[in-house]
Amino acid sequence: MGIEFILGSLVKIGALLGYLYGLLWAMGHSKKWVKIVGVIVAFGIVQLALTKFGDFQLLNNFDQGLLFQACTMTMVALGLNLIYGFNGQFSLGQWGFYGIGAYCAADITFRWTNGDARGLFVVGLGTIFAGLAIWGIGKFLKRLRGIPVLSAFTFYIIGVVVAGALAILIGNLINPLLSPLLGTISEPGVLNSKVAIQVVFFFAVVFAGVFAAEVSFLFGLPVLTLGSDYFGIATLGFTIVVNTLMVNSDTILPFPEMKGGRGMIGIPKLTTWFWAFFFMVLVIIILRNLIRSSTGRAIMSVREDETAAKAMGIDVANNKLLSFVIGSFFAGVGGAVYAHYIGFLSPGTFDFLVGFNPLIIVVFGGLGSMTGTIAASFGWIFFLEGLLRVLLSQMGTEAPTWRYVLYPITLLMLMLIRPQGLLGTVEWGFLKAEKYGFGKKNGPKPTTDAPVVNS
Amino acid sequence: MEKNNNTSAILQIEKLTKYFGGLCAVKSFDLTLNKGDLAGLIGPNGAGKTTVFNLITGLYVPTEGQVRLNNENIVGLEPFEITQMGIARTFQNIRLFPNLTVLDNVRIAYHAHIGYSFADSIFRTARYNKEEKALVDRAREFLGIFQLEGIQDELAKNLPYGEQRRVEIARALACNPHVLLLDEPAAGMNPREIINLMDLIHFIHDRFDLTILLIEHQMRVVMGICQHISVMDFGEVIARGTPKEIQDNPRVVEAYLGKGAANVS
Repeated sequence: MGIEFILGSLVKIGALLGYLYGLLWAMGHSKKWVKIVGVIVAFGIVQLALTKFGDFQLLNNFDQGLLFQACTMTMVALGLNLIYGFNGQFSLGQWGFYGIGAYCAADITFRWTNGDARGLFVVGLGTIFAGLAIWGIGKFLKRLRGIPVLSAFTFYIIGVVVAGALAILIGNLINPLLSPLLGTISEPGVLNSKVAIQVVFFFAVVFAGVFAAEVSFLFGLPVLTLGSDYFGIATLGFTIVVNTLMVNSDTILPFPEMKGGRGMIGIPKLTTWFWAFFFMVLVIIILRNLIRSSTGRAIMSVREDETAAKAMGIDVANNKLLSFVIGSFFAGVGGAVYAHYIGFLSPGTFDFLVGFNPLIIVVFGGLGSMTGTIAASFGWIFFLEGLLRVLLSQMGTEAPTWRYVLYPITLLMLMLIRPQGLLGTVEWGFLKAEKYGFGKKNGPKPTTDAPVVNS
Repeated sequence: MEKNNNTSAILQIEKLTKYFGGLCAVKSFDLTLNKGDLAGLIGPNGAGKTTVFNLITGLYVPTEGQVRLNNENIVGLEPFEITQMGIARTFQNIRLFPNLTVLDNVRIAYHAHIGYSFADSIFRTARYNKEEKALVDRAREFLGIFQLEGIQDELAKNLPYGEQRRVEIARALACNPHVLLLDEPAAGMNPREIINLMDLIHFIHDRFDLTILLIEHQMRVVMGICQHISVMDFGEVIARGTPKEIQDNPRVVEAYLGKGAANVS
């Protein structure tokens, strides 16, 4: 039994890596139709594997759970890789933003299915207004030169608070018009149909991501002025604050539906393979397009040498903030997708100790390697949760605890053998940097009129 | 030095002073560079030369004094703003972006002048494709000028020392500066490399229509290419003039070789 299971699991992991390679290859193909067909085929293969044909199902419910977990972990870890791997800012706050995204989206859809439209409208309008406020204040502050960071921060806080208050006001005004159309759980209304709830889910995920991004903007603005290690400690503090707020969400925060430490139940399970795949691919595309652009190069130059980056005309503070905000956006989206797959949120899931997982994945897959992060996210979930948990449970009821011994040992071994991470800086297909060889056709003619310095 | 009435002051430094706590690193430093000058700044170790560079480029904020670029005061601006206004520099200990390719190192310097927005790059619009292609062509042409096109995909950290120096100068020039500050470009080079470096500095000076200020320890470089020289010691300018005048100045000899040395030579 044991050996077959191990072999089967290894085949599964191998097939997964092959699958990821194929997906990235198709996405990076130069022909447009190959891209579209490739992505649809990649989606379809897994969709078929998840479908039940009579008694046969290639990936059972357990595998499906792992798959969704891997997708959300990919988004969170890619966000952290942008912050830590590409921008060089050691952050432990990713898990906090993940939690914010999860609770935010869960609250929206939970309220919607229970006949309360305020969740969507307050959060939606709030994020839009706050975004506009931040944008406007940013423009305004740019004109006044030399504003200290804390003064700028005060401006932003005031702007965001006003935007939030406005959103709550308008949300409460709209609510009586809409809520009757929603119906209740037992009697869903017009706006609570199967299609409508999918649309609401999409907006919930996007708004949750933007909400996390805006929180990270306000948090990052003053904190990113700290040096790298101090920044890490500050972000750890952030995760703990978020976790404490979750535990007390029904007492010190006005959200009784989140039920504090008892955990939020009754979140509609809306995450299908389509949504998980869609958001994961979206995150991959956004990150790749960002990294392979001038902004991405500026972000990487900050990691390489801040002083030299400044001397090259790069706004270091701005680029740090940008990568932090986008990384947190990914975490928020990942959290939202996770919440609607698991259907139950407990503050224990967002404890800061668990929050080291994305960090481990990023280092495991290779700092500054997007492919490595994606592969490590999938591999990690299937290794730790899939292989070890099932394998060890056959040896006794208490045996699964051993996976937290075996897994760190694996990590140690890997760090000793391959300190640059599983894949180093290798990128696959779509994620590869463009090569610009000196072709005869398109390259400019090399001019040789400069003296050679070295002999 | 021939004074041309058409040349106007491009960089004016007045009474630049910097204290680190109680230590005076630079005291009342004055310097005027006219368009097209190739000036040198020399002095013994710890004289404050690099501090002057850091003050000009905004890495340090001066305690007192003014730096004017094209008659605009640039004291108090962020370093990246000063670079965007047209002052580029190299570093004494080479500061390339070690884990990026040579092409990327040069392309980063263009970032401030990039022709597409953040949204363009996320959605890969036509403008992104056009500008990025133009950028690559420009960067490669640039590398071609410095004969670095063959190593454009190498990581900067894997290059030999001389090539790293050249990449750093190429990167500084890619910022499209009016004034170029070179901090000890000949450090660690052998005599033959130094002669080549002097040719290179002359070449970029003419080709890019630059004003160059140079810190250097190697007298042969400074005396060979600079039109006029300022000598610093203990944060103060002790002499100015043409290479010939500096060589004969007893105070300079004293600063370098100690009291009494002037009489011996």
